[in-house]
Amino acid sequence: MIDIMDNKPRRRPFTIAVASGKGGTGKTTLALAMALSLANSGEAVALLDADVEAPNAHLFLKTEPGQALEATLSVPQINETRCTGCGKCREACAFNAIVMICGKPLVFGELCHGCGGCRLVCPESAIEEVPRTTGWLESAETNGLSFMRGRLKVGEAKSPPLIRTLLKNAPQRDWIIIDSPPGTSCPVIAAVRRADFVLLVTEPTPFGLNDLKLAVGMVRAVGLPFGVIVNRAGLGDREVQAWCRKENIPIMMEIPFSRDIARTYAGGGTLLDADPDKMKVFVELALSLAGRGA
Amino acid sequence: MKQLVILSGKGGTGKTTVTASFAILAGSCVLVDADVDAADLHLVVKHEVRESDNFISGKEAVISEELCSSCGICRNLCRFDAITEDLHIDPFSCEGCGVCARACPAEAITMHDSDCGRWFISDSAFGPFVHARLHIAAENSGKLVSLVREKAREEAEQKGIGLILIDGPPGVGCPVIAAVTGCDAALIVTEPTRSGLHDMKRAAELTAHFKIPTFVIINKADLHDETARDIETWCSAKGIKTLGRIPFDSAVVEAMSSGKSLIELPEAPAAAALCNIWREMLSETELLNA
Amino acid sequence: MPKIAITVTAEGWNAPVDERFGRAAGFALVELGEGKRSISFIPNSQNRQAAQGAGTQSAETVANAGVEVLLTGHVGPKAFRALKAAGIAIYTGISGDAENALRDYEAGKLIKSTDADVESHW
Repeated sequence: MIDIMDNKPRRRPFTIAVASGKGGTGKTTLALAMALSLANSGEAVALLDADVEAPNAHLFLKTEPGQALEATLSVPQINETRCTGCGKCREACAFNAIVMICGKPLVFGELCHGCGGCRLVCPESAIEEVPRTTGWLESAETNGLSFMRGRLKVGEAKSPPLIRTLLKNAPQRDWIIIDSPPGTSCPVIAAVRRADFVLLVTEPTPFGLNDLKLAVGMVRAVGLPFGVIVNRAGLGDREVQAWCRKENIPIMMEIPFSRDIARTYAGGGTLLDADPDKMKVFVELALSLAGRGA
Repeated sequence: MKQLVILSGKGGTGKTTVTASFAILAGSCVLVDADVDAADLHLVVKHEVRESDNFISGKEAVISEELCSSCGICRNLCRFDAITEDLHIDPFSCEGCGVCARACPAEAITMHDSDCGRWFISDSAFGPFVHARLHIAAENSGKLVSLVREKAREEAEQKGIGLILIDGPPGVGCPVIAAVTGCDAALIVTEPTRSGLHDMKRAAELTAHFKIPTFVIINKADLHDETARDIETWCSAKGIKTLGRIPFDSAVVEAMSSGKSLIELPEAPAAAALCNIWREMLSETELLNA
Repeated sequence: MPKIAITVTAEGWNAPVDERFGRAAGFALVELGEGKRSISFIPNSQNRQAAQGAGTQSAETVANAGVEVLLTGHVGPKAFRALKAAGIAIYTGISGDAENALRDYEAGKLIKSTDADVESHW
């Protein structure tokens, strides 16, 4: 049934991914500050914790999100009465997820990427696909925003499928803020791919600069618009700023190092708890990125 | 031969700073940077590359534009959204399953070895230093971690060095598992924050699972005394020894900026704390008696 | 007498054992007869290089070689499942060289595995 009353044009969500090459630079802190600032100013916001190996944002929202959805991957199941043991499925599997033992295929779902190749080559139609749980999507309505996180099943080696499921099932709000995993490998790419803008958080130290260079390499390779936020400015040197200037990379914000902020964060508080005035700055930044600036 | 892995769970707690200082305190060791996703140890360890090679892992599809008949079968079959509307391979999404290559009626798609990174064996003042760099969006960092650890073992055996010191990756996923298996001891560097505590627990559960003797140190300990105490309480309940606290010290960043390890600034309070922790570590384990 | 595979780093009776199974350099294939014994070597280089699934592939290799008893250091859960499906008896805790591993097995010094003893890597 179509709700004829709901015919007002909806704005396509504007998605901001917060990422960093190095862990511990303040990614979660800034994603939270951005989401909470927008929610506070009356915007409809979804915050996604895509750091599925170490999801931490809920600690600061003081919430334990409930289970919403199981994330699954399609893995093969062999119909033994039909299988003739020809071994074509094993030949087709690029991930060593099928071995032939005593003339029979043995499937290892943990190694399967879910490409469906084995089913396609099976001449006896002896393979069907069954879902295998890789993690969970959990959500909560809290602090005036819609929160959703992915939680990877323990022992599961691959997070990108879960991250992609998280993004596909994200609550449809005007703003989607993504707390990405750290680094520059597959999980990060999965998290930032569809973003309209990527905020790269770094700290002004040689480690911070080295990892920022890697992160910039990543967003450039994927071809996404991005800018930099320098967290704990003043703690180290000015090399990050100098490098950004040389590379024509916009620095969207500098957050000076303060023991106050560090202490508030340590105790489970957010950046806005330590410095409520920052709220306006985050809202302005988000609006200008979305082309809705004043 | 003994192997010590330095972990953190959460990134940015000071793992690399601690590892670099331990290398100097040990005097002679094989040093490994197993954080191949965001390798930083080479920035504070003076070294000269002696050997290096590409890290090849997995496959990647390549479409020949000449042979392609634009039928679109590949795009329909690809489960990873790795084939674009104009029928090009998106290398960031391709997982190398080969379904497209097998299905292509024009035989326009071939599978190629995927170059995923580069590894290095260098020489430093205290011994061989094995490090690596995973390319952007590359997979299989767990395998690259295993590779650098194997190179390190070979170096230790050839040169008769008794200690391998491993700077581990953050998290608890597959590269971390590859970094901890078979180690004789693990040291978790944490910080007194809610996330630091949360992620330290996950890392400690992992090392307990592998039955590796585990120790904890608290970096930037004076930032939040209450949380630091929470960490110590949790550890002692789990039978994990906390070897000490390192105070927040701006010398840590200073050392980094001058390309040195913290221990090379002997006046720094954090450096003094680290020396004590190293002594504790030696008395608790038999790391140097290999 | 059963066909025995030992995980080793090189060829011959004096080859040091390799404690890993999936990523072992190779397998010493031992056949014992009346008063004589023979040893051959199956390299494992291809499986060793595998991005994933080295253990299950190695299990397939030794199963295809007709092995009934495996002597090694550690076996992960996936390889364990594959070896069990092939009906191969697993003994862990080897040390020294191939010769020594075989002697320990015959003296009943090795541990018969009823469960995987290490976690999988990735």
